[in-house]
Amino acid sequence: MTPVKKREAYTVSKVRVATTSLAGCFGCHMSFLDMDERIVGLLEHVEFSRSPINDIKHCEPCDIGLIEGALCNADNVHVLKEFRENCKIVIAVGACAINGGVPAMRNHFTLQECLEEAFLDEIGVDNPHIPNDVEIPLLLSKVHPIHEVVKVDYYLPGCPPSADAFLKILTDLLEGKEPSLPKEMLHYD
Amino acid sequence: MEQNRANLRRVAVDPVTRVEGHGKITLLLDDANHVREARFHIVEFRGFEKFIQGRPYWEVPYFVQRLCGICPVSHHLAAAKAVDQLVGVDELTPTATKLRKLLHFGQTMQSHALHFFHLSSPDLLFGFGSNLEHRNIVGVIEDYPDLALKGVRLRKYGQQVIEVISGKRVHGAATVPGGVNKGLTIAERDRLLGDINDVLAWSQDAVDLNEKIHTEHPENHGFGRLNSNYLSMVGGKGELELYHGGLRASRPDGSKIFDQFDYRGYYNIIREEVRSWSYMKFPYLTELGRDDGWYRVGPLARINSCDFISTPMAESARQRFKAFGNGGYVHDTLAYHWARMIEVLHSAEAIRDLLLDPEILGSDLVVKGEKREEGIGVIEAPRGTLFHHYKVNEDGTIKKANLIVSTTSNNQAMNESVRSVANEYLDGNEITEGLLNHLEVAIRAYDPCLSCATHALGKMPLEVELISADGETVDHIEKASSGAIKRTV
Repeated sequence: MTPVKKREAYTVSKVRVATTSLAGCFGCHMSFLDMDERIVGLLEHVEFSRSPINDIKHCEPCDIGLIEGALCNADNVHVLKEFRENCKIVIAVGACAINGGVPAMRNHFTLQECLEEAFLDEIGVDNPHIPNDVEIPLLLSKVHPIHEVVKVDYYLPGCPPSADAFLKILTDLLEGKEPSLPKEMLHYD
Repeated sequence: MEQNRANLRRVAVDPVTRVEGHGKITLLLDDANHVREARFHIVEFRGFEKFIQGRPYWEVPYFVQRLCGICPVSHHLAAAKAVDQLVGVDELTPTATKLRKLLHFGQTMQSHALHFFHLSSPDLLFGFGSNLEHRNIVGVIEDYPDLALKGVRLRKYGQQVIEVISGKRVHGAATVPGGVNKGLTIAERDRLLGDINDVLAWSQDAVDLNEKIHTEHPENHGFGRLNSNYLSMVGGKGELELYHGGLRASRPDGSKIFDQFDYRGYYNIIREEVRSWSYMKFPYLTELGRDDGWYRVGPLARINSCDFISTPMAESARQRFKAFGNGGYVHDTLAYHWARMIEVLHSAEAIRDLLLDPEILGSDLVVKGEKREEGIGVIEAPRGTLFHHYKVNEDGTIKKANLIVSTTSNNQAMNESVRSVANEYLDGNEITEGLLNHLEVAIRAYDPCLSCATHALGKMPLEVELISADGETVDHIEKASSGAIKRTV
């Protein structure tokens, strides 16, 4: 794989990073922010394209795309493909992106059963019916990890990965090294 | 256009393209092209109530927090309170209760700080219609580095409290049925106490800043304002209570609908309506009915509803808030931010008090009881009252689950605020990116957590459609990544 930028290069132009959450809990983004003050240092080398923390609504051409969450509806698939088309490196972040995580627990049931439970059989529900409108995207019958739809370059495991792990993988890429996490940063819980 | 949208729906099955999004706004216009209806759609669905069935009850507090990485602790604790009841425990040991409270105050601080500093402050500091490229936390770090760092450190401190109690900052493990899984060491307590004075000062600064943003900008007062009902928990004396208490609901004039209601009967006072265009339901107070019974929850509801705050700095801030409302309730939607920072200050004081309480270091952590078939837990999550309700089979597996998530309770209110802002700012105007952001600012004030209810962190991708009374699409606008407005009609 081609390094994102050589060390001497990133003083000239910043590495562009996009992040998104598909069907997930945003815990990975929270963990990313757990870099705390270190994010100020990172901003010397990195600028953000589409990310939940800014108003950029679409992924622009980027060096690195960090993707949290699994695929549970048509919008998720669309966003994922847009990331793959625009990002040189795609990183699957966290349990949901890597293997479906908690959202994929619905795969043990049919989608119909899940919808009926929430909208027809729930305690204290009025006007019971399953939402169906052109404004809401169609749900996929099963929840999928992202590698089933696009090529993934790196996997950053954890529920969520720690802030240290985020920083390590980004620093490695910024320095043009093959990313590698030491054992103590490699967690799956 | 209808045909085009039908195409996009079809694409959803064979996934190709559409503007991505967790949330979307639709406006309906009447013959005179005035806004008749505004809709805020929630477009994701996860099916938690179903897939939890058949799982052992003790797992619940651990995976419910995966509903939400922003306030996982709230789900963890609401579920844990329900699980306590499933194992027949009505009251924990004093140490366990205090450790859970400490965890919850850490959570409230980090979540509120994240929302204000990282997500909302750019709108309030730079202006709702300011440059899109700069209107984010990176812009705040550039222009207001001291303020941004205080925000980052406030959130950090909250996360550190969570980490000490639960072992991890996000999705940690703190509770067991009937108690907590570990005590606090003297070293851990002292480490947290070491920073508390700074944290108190930063929290006071955050309150002062928000008070100023609100009182010195009259244009903020009417923005998305709603004369709504409010629901929150209060303590036995009517005090602000985030962890455990009775339910209080009030009308806009402050008169009580009910007070000190036992949350275990929540299904007698709240019903939820399904609407076809959103995966998020619309709760209302049964007594007032479907049309009039909608209410607001969260910091604004809590600060309005409570009679006092038990910690002095936050109480003094509350009194200034109350004076701003001339002694009555404050209905300004943007006052949510001010109320939120008063709660940060209260959390900082409460954390200090808990850390200085010798009982926090106790070692009696778990109570046992006789198993029951039903458990209901409640907590005031950062975004508002949160209910978890579980029924179990004889073998201890989950038979039925019902959650009323805080953001869901604000569903109708967010729709009403969007309608109010659309009426005021979009009606008859050419729609620009800056004006569109006004709609997001209104929604953002509620700090919606669209993961629990399907979360998006702060910024909603946006599409606005204007439809005339006869159903014709008058205008259809999407925000492009550059910030430019794309019209597809």
